[in-house]
Amino acid sequence: MTDVFRDRIDIALTVNGEPVEARVPAGQHLVDFLRGELGLTGAHASCEHGVCGACTVRVDGQAVRGCLMLAVQADRTEVWTVEGLSDSAAIRDLQDAFVARNALQCGFCTPGMLVSAQELLEADGVPSREEIREHLSGNYCRCTGYEAIVDAVETVARARAGKGAA
Amino acid sequence: MTIRFDNPDRPNSYIGKTVPRPNAARLVQGRGQYVDDVVLPRLVHVAFVRSPLAHARIAAIDTAEAARVKGVVRVFTGEELAAVCTPWVAVLAHLKGLKSPPQYPLAVGRATWVGEPVVAVVATSRLAAEEGANMVDVDYEPLPAVTDMMTALDAGTPVLHEEMGDNLAFRRLHEQGDVDAAFAAAHTVVEAHFTTARHTGVTPEPRSILVDWNPAEGQMTAWHATQAPHMIQTVLAQHLDIPEGRVRVICGDVGGSYGIKVHVYPDEVATAAIAKILGRPVKFIADRLESFNTDIHARDHEIVARLAVDEEGRILAMDVDDWTAIGSYSVYPRTSAIEGNQVVNLCGGPYDFANYRARTSVVFQNKVPTCQYRAVGHPIAVAVTEGLVDMAAARLGMDPVEIRRRNMYRDNAYPVTSPAMMRFEGLSHHASMNRLMELMDYDGLRAEQAALRAKGIYRGIGIASFIELTNPSPFMYGIGGARISAQDGCTVRMDPDGSIVALSGVTEQGQGTEAMLSQVVAEGVGVSPDRVRVITGDTQVTPYGGGTWASRGAGIGGEAALQSARALRHSILEVAGAMLQADPSGLDIRAGQVVDTASGEARMPLEELGRIVYFRGDTLPKGLPRELVQTRHFITSDYPFAFTNGVQASWLEVDTETGVVKLLKHWCVEDCGRVINPLLVDEQIRGGIVQGLGGALYEEIHYDGEGQLLNGSMADYLVPMAAEMPDMVIGHVETPTMESMLGAKGAGEAGTAGSPAAVMNAINDALRPLGAEVTAMPFTPERILRALRVIGN
Amino acid sequence: MKASAGGYARAADVRHALDLLSASGGMGRILAGGQSLVAAMNMRLSEGDMLIDISRIAALAGVEEQGDRLRIGALTRHAAIGRDPLVRRHAPLLADAVAHIAHSAIRNRGTIGGALAHADPAAEFPACVLALDATMHLESLEGSRDVAADDFFQDVFETAIAEGEILTAVSMPRALPGERQVIREVARRSGDYALAGICLVRRGDTHRVSAFSVGPRPMLAPGAMAALDAGDIDAAVEALQGEIDPASDTQASADYRGHLAGVLLRRAVAGLQGEAE
Repeated sequence: MTDVFRDRIDIALTVNGEPVEARVPAGQHLVDFLRGELGLTGAHASCEHGVCGACTVRVDGQAVRGCLMLAVQADRTEVWTVEGLSDSAAIRDLQDAFVARNALQCGFCTPGMLVSAQELLEADGVPSREEIREHLSGNYCRCTGYEAIVDAVETVARARAGKGAA
Repeated sequence: MTIRFDNPDRPNSYIGKTVPRPNAARLVQGRGQYVDDVVLPRLVHVAFVRSPLAHARIAAIDTAEAARVKGVVRVFTGEELAAVCTPWVAVLAHLKGLKSPPQYPLAVGRATWVGEPVVAVVATSRLAAEEGANMVDVDYEPLPAVTDMMTALDAGTPVLHEEMGDNLAFRRLHEQGDVDAAFAAAHTVVEAHFTTARHTGVTPEPRSILVDWNPAEGQMTAWHATQAPHMIQTVLAQHLDIPEGRVRVICGDVGGSYGIKVHVYPDEVATAAIAKILGRPVKFIADRLESFNTDIHARDHEIVARLAVDEEGRILAMDVDDWTAIGSYSVYPRTSAIEGNQVVNLCGGPYDFANYRARTSVVFQNKVPTCQYRAVGHPIAVAVTEGLVDMAAARLGMDPVEIRRRNMYRDNAYPVTSPAMMRFEGLSHHASMNRLMELMDYDGLRAEQAALRAKGIYRGIGIASFIELTNPSPFMYGIGGARISAQDGCTVRMDPDGSIVALSGVTEQGQGTEAMLSQVVAEGVGVSPDRVRVITGDTQVTPYGGGTWASRGAGIGGEAALQSARALRHSILEVAGAMLQADPSGLDIRAGQVVDTASGEARMPLEELGRIVYFRGDTLPKGLPRELVQTRHFITSDYPFAFTNGVQASWLEVDTETGVVKLLKHWCVEDCGRVINPLLVDEQIRGGIVQGLGGALYEEIHYDGEGQLLNGSMADYLVPMAAEMPDMVIGHVETPTMESMLGAKGAGEAGTAGSPAAVMNAINDALRPLGAEVTAMPFTPERILRALRVIGN
Repeated sequence: MKASAGGYARAADVRHALDLLSASGGMGRILAGGQSLVAAMNMRLSEGDMLIDISRIAALAGVEEQGDRLRIGALTRHAAIGRDPLVRRHAPLLADAVAHIAHSAIRNRGTIGGALAHADPAAEFPACVLALDATMHLESLEGSRDVAADDFFQDVFETAIAEGEILTAVSMPRALPGERQVIREVARRSGDYALAGICLVRRGDTHRVSAFSVGPRPMLAPGAMAALDAGDIDAAVEALQGEIDPASDTQASADYRGHLAGVLLRRAVAGLQGEAE
């Protein structure tokens, strides 16, 4: 009966609004699948043990670690990466705020940071700086020292709430 | 030919303004291209078998099973790669006595640290390469490991490299004045033992290289996450026996460097060697676990230092004994003696005193090699100096700001040569301190601190003045024989549509080099920055240059760009003068238009000039020079280095029951000369501060006595994250260097240089009423409680 | 760091999962949220696993009242526990604990059953269910059985789950009116595993205390509990020191962890007062 365990599995999902069918190795994590099979190189593999957040993508509306979810577990889910969120303009205000505030330097953490920030911004209310820092505390950035990122997210939170710039 | 930087209303006044980074929009959309994003036909991947022992003889290697793993293409041992790649020896002539044995891309005969590459397995996927690596059987015979720094030179300690004679890689003693007499006569002497922990850079993008060898063309192309493409070009050419002109290094987007990616790593050279053997593209992306045991480490120092002051708090003498352990090899080609050397050069930096002695002892041990990492040596020297100054102030009952004001070089004292024989062209310690006092409301904070202390809340204020070495000349590496360019170049051209292309030898690692170049070139030519396209990071395209290190991009690369842009402007105006039958000296270029200088009247858009030059050259006078391209190189020559200065302050609270430190706020006032882009400079400072805060509070590589690395993951090696980091107030004083038209010095390392000392002094300020003091970084909750004697030693 | 799984099968229901487990030849590994398991696989700490993915078994997720008990399905995610009104009302310790567990993206995927079965001695949920006097519900092909939290956690990453068993739910008595539940911990950084942590539940006049990251498993502290029942905090702290078994690692020594546990117990007790309704 061990033949019910498959080392390659067929999956069907939507990625950035487009249907995708693929056969994936059992142990392959989602971010390797997105990058290697679909050419979506916006999310990055950095620590591959769930600490740095560079691989963060949206699965069924929630921010998840792309390195801690197997590709096969994304079967029948809706996945959004920074590429799709850019094309759909869903986070354009956040991206513009990051650019204006120089809330990125090398840019390697940025796609994951944006996905995490967007999740916070979709929640009710305008988060405080402490809440922004706490929410982003699972996304490692070595370049900025975080303050510019917090500023950019705070600016967007206030703008979306109709309260103007910070 | 000068620019009136003091006039903000001057035409094309882009230098000094915040302009957007041209590459930022791409990166926020996930459209960057890092090395791992590059895929080529016939691509194979390499994984390395790494030594599990700190020191072992490699008795036998059996690769037969690995070769049978599905997807494995080839397996290479050290001997096989040594046949096509010559070893390197990381010494520099001006670091007298520095020694290090030859190093190969893969260990040959003996492994000397846990993580040293021993066997390379090439496969059609990284997974298959890792599976293959797991199947390689290496027979290691353990050898005694050298792991303790302070006993490395003892007679009873084994010699790591027998042919070197002993474990001393380098030693330098510098002595100026009569140190012993000054100490003997001093009113007060303070002494302390400082420790700075072993760090590593934890670049978000791990080290990455993709190398292709085209045997039909005899051409090697390396896509490399590097700070110094031309240096790597030279190294690959030399050691793989390829003409230098046949090696092309392309450096696209780089996911963070901080000094980690400016060195030659054996596994990366191995990747290139393998590509040359296989004649197909080979990719190596270090995974995070290999990053910890192969990326260079740094800052592993123990220092005993003394400071002598008179009753007025004037510094009479300083005496520093610095020890550092660099792992098993000096790292090529910059060497691993520079950090200790910097400690000798930088201690006491802000202060005007006469008697100075400093010695650094650099020893080998069986750990990851250490080398230059952001703010090389600065955080150590600043912590030692500022820690002692605060201790002296406390002993004299003097305010820490006051003792600094009594000792810092006067702002009109320059040029001056320090007791470490560093030459300062122009610094602003007092103006910077004054600005800091305003920004932080020092007196108000002291009052708040006193009020809270009465309630049992222990907050501290820590001040740290510092100097930072930037804009290095060949005195840093070139004079020692390393083919590392201190000079940099820029080619600027105008295309037919009137747009400008700038090709520069400095590189973009995220700090904003391309934005900085775009605005310098824009102002230099007379166009808006969005009309300037900057190209960096391709040795086949850009002028030869040094790349990114020692905070040189703006000061050296920026000056080359400004000079070449001004030269292009001159060329354009020569042509315009002929077309308009006007004296070029009466013409200017503003916002992309040739104008009359006096009236500002538009005479011709650059695209019209471009159209005529490129397509209707027949209408121009015969013999008119019409090259709309200029190249200039720049090198500093009056001073070996352009020193900057600054002062930082930390405000924090210590929980005396748990030992936890909460950072409340941080300030930095620094003087990097001309500020080209205020936003980019501020964010360099902030990012640098936080990198230093990591060292102050969290970062520490742990080894056991056998040389096993104990915390080689991001769960165990703690880096600063958003929740614990403070907001930071940044201020500037501008003292431009007179060496260049631009006047810019470096800003990339100031934050990292000063923040650990500021935090240390703040913690000790908070703990002083309790009689506790910490000097061993990182200042973990446990170390603080031990200092408080809440838990025993 | 590329994981090598032996195979994968997705379970349609608990019975299917048990069948798969039985068929896996001892190589079966239950994959729920995957937030610890996939990391371990990536790091090749676990190789060749036959993964039995239970994450789509809807019946295993959710929170419900069952008489005077609260039952939480094993697949209930950390984030869901953090915002669930029943948990907030009847087991607020768990809701408060969520904020300490890793980071948002991890909490979106991680499940309480996974955390309990993984039994990391530094994790919050195991200590919480110990303090809450909870019961673990296990199923196997032979049937179901309940294990008290006191008996469930055995050693580092070791629980009472037997070969062929799956943890399906955890249940605990609903908080009584006036009951206080407090968690206190110190971590180096937000979301890190605690250097030490304390869970304290006061129900009527009785106390339950559990400590985490100070032993090979979450530690119940009966001596400290008795002292608190007697109203003697100093004695409770002293008793606690004898009931924990902290280890040293690169983050902190055993001495520090032991001291910290005492500080946190005092703070938890203060929290009982400070937060009284």
